Amino acid sequence: MGVDQPLGSNFVTTSLDKLVNWSRSRSLWPMTFGLACCAIEMMATGAARFDLDRFGVLFRASPRQADLIVIAGTVTKKMLPVIQTVYEQMPEPRYVIAMGACACSGGVFDTYSTVQGIDEALPVDVYIPGCPPRPEGLLYGLLKLQEKIMKERNTFGAAIGLGEVVREV
Amino acid sequence: MAAMTETMTINMGPQHPSTHGVLRLVLELDGENVVKATPHIGFLHRGVEKLSEYRTYHQVIPLTDRLDYLAPMSNNLGYVLAVEKLLGITDQIPERAKVIRVMLAELTRIKSHLVWLACHALDIGAMTVFIYCFREREHIMEMYEKISGARMTSNYFRVGGLSADLPAGFEKEVREFIDAMPGHIETYEGLLTGNKIWQKRIVGVGVISGEDALDIGITGGSLRGSGIDWDLRRDHPYSGYEDYDFKVPVDDGCDTWARYKVRLDEMRESCKIVRQALDKLKPGPILADVPKVCLPPKQDVVNTIEGLIHHFKIITEGFKPEAGEIYQSVEAPKGELGFYLVSDGSARPYRMKIRPPSFLNLQALPQMVEGRLIADVVAVIGTLDIVLGDIDR
Amino acid sequence: MTDQAAVEKLKAKFPGSVLEVKEFRGELTLTVKAEDIVAICTFCKKELGYTMLADLAGLDLSAMGVAGPRFQVVYNIYNIKAKQRLRLKAPVEERGPRIDTVSGVWGSANWLERECWDLMGISFNNHPDLRRILMPDDWVGHPLRKDYPVQGPDREPYQGRQI
Repeated sequence: MGVDQPLGSNFVTTSLDKLVNWSRSRSLWPMTFGLACCAIEMMATGAARFDLDRFGVLFRASPRQADLIVIAGTVTKKMLPVIQTVYEQMPEPRYVIAMGACACSGGVFDTYSTVQGIDEALPVDVYIPGCPPRPEGLLYGLLKLQEKIMKERNTFGAAIGLGEVVREV
Repeated sequence: MAAMTETMTINMGPQHPSTHGVLRLVLELDGENVVKATPHIGFLHRGVEKLSEYRTYHQVIPLTDRLDYLAPMSNNLGYVLAVEKLLGITDQIPERAKVIRVMLAELTRIKSHLVWLACHALDIGAMTVFIYCFREREHIMEMYEKISGARMTSNYFRVGGLSADLPAGFEKEVREFIDAMPGHIETYEGLLTGNKIWQKRIVGVGVISGEDALDIGITGGSLRGSGIDWDLRRDHPYSGYEDYDFKVPVDDGCDTWARYKVRLDEMRESCKIVRQALDKLKPGPILADVPKVCLPPKQDVVNTIEGLIHHFKIITEGFKPEAGEIYQSVEAPKGELGFYLVSDGSARPYRMKIRPPSFLNLQALPQMVEGRLIADVVAVIGTLDIVLGDIDR
Repeated sequence: MTDQAAVEKLKAKFPGSVLEVKEFRGELTLTVKAEDIVAICTFCKKELGYTMLADLAGLDLSAMGVAGPRFQVVYNIYNIKAKQRLRLKAPVEERGPRIDTVSGVWGSANWLERECWDLMGISFNNHPDLRRILMPDDWVGHPLRKDYPVQGPDREPYQGRQI
């Protein structure tokens, strides 16, 4: 695997990676951060019928305790600096889901005040289309993110300060 | 020795779980007392008014869904009524379309009030009510999905009527829901009304007199909670509301408690209106017979040359109301939702000014919280029932 | 009192200020002189009972192809007792558009006028707190003016098909 991963890709390291990935992906704590219409669907996903808790997803009110930010709604130019600040306050590893057409691409709001997609500012891991996406859509997006996290390598090494996490592109 | 006092300024939002979206408040505090509150809005300003000047009249309907996204049908209704008034075809809307519009507008009111109650209670610490309210809301979302294909942004009403008729079995489903809903409201009341914590948090909080409320432009449940008996459904009936028998709940308590009672009663009245609408529902056309405005039925498009021409003209050019200006408002769940439309005779609105209820309701917030405790701010935000998509447009 | 009676009273009280009375779809629109707007609004509220300012809008007529001043400020006022609506319009010149504030008459005008300044660029004299409200503080331009591109000045305009 090379010098970036001093622990190498031996049996123990890969298991620990898997252990770390598993625990990370099964306890995704998103920020309570609603922007617009999609936030209501996000709330509905968190409520009784769809029940995000069964995926280990618990909403946290502070960015310091969160490792996922769901951009649920239209991002305006006035809001963008706030989102960037919140994102920067989140500890690593952190993930971004762009929920809905507005967060993905600006959606129908092709106007002077709207940011045409949050990927202009943040590294987006999963895009969920829809206006707004159904709760099942959000759940599917979260499962996709879990899959993506499970494929990360050297997560244990990075966690103890040795090298960087290797992500598939 | 006199105590040294110094005020402290803290920032609340735009990322704050209890500000119902992206509202930002700058609070000046003296200890726990709010000295000054300054709302900052515009974090969700998407330029709907500007965008609508570049859309044909029909293309604006989806944009109105996303204004007050908790009550999309009410926004649709306000907009299509405004365009119908501009065209002068208000009295040509078929009866069935009017009844379905009223029924859906009232279901939307219940849906919006459910989110209000859920969030209001959640902010104050009652998690169970949130879960229960969203459970009932899911039923209305399912109905939305059946008639329009979307759970939230329905885009169902059209200028001149509706986009499609009700699906089979829909009336039965609505009736079952309406039969069960009053019992659910009792459940919420059972959880909240007699609850000492709930009472302590909202009785006497966020007081605003009726006179002040009028001056500042508060409308809807918040105005009726201040003892002003005013409801557009009764005072300026639209879409046939004059034919329905319903009460307008009013409470002169002027505080959060009064507004809570008023909105709960409104949900009960809405159930009654929906039931009456179901009884009135007769088979019939759902689109007005105005060929230059309303799309012809599909079989006419393929079978007759007139149908084909009208279809082609409406799709490619839209319709052109004569030059003029109108203001039409409806009683949305949050208050008076008005559309001021100016036409220059082209197929697009020359100017569309939306009168958002939440925008003016929010203006009362400083008056309601100044001099009170900081914990009351959260209760007042909840009781004003604001939606930022509506405020910022 | 009907709408018409209110108009007659206004005409009698401000003979030179009511420039035009128009009726369209059963709604009355009065064009009045911008200089007298505060006096007229105060009269409407105090004497005619229009206790509520339902809406305030800025209007940019530059693409309309009509003669006269470029801007108009539109006041939709409401009489809650008689359940009457009335619309007042005050024309405002293009150069340095300003008009007196009516926030002293109706409290609701405060934010509505701020919005009008923010999006349409019409300034209000004696306004207690005239700041931008929807756009960021450092924004340049007033988006709802007709010469402001819908996608903003810093983007390539949309070239595709439009209906």
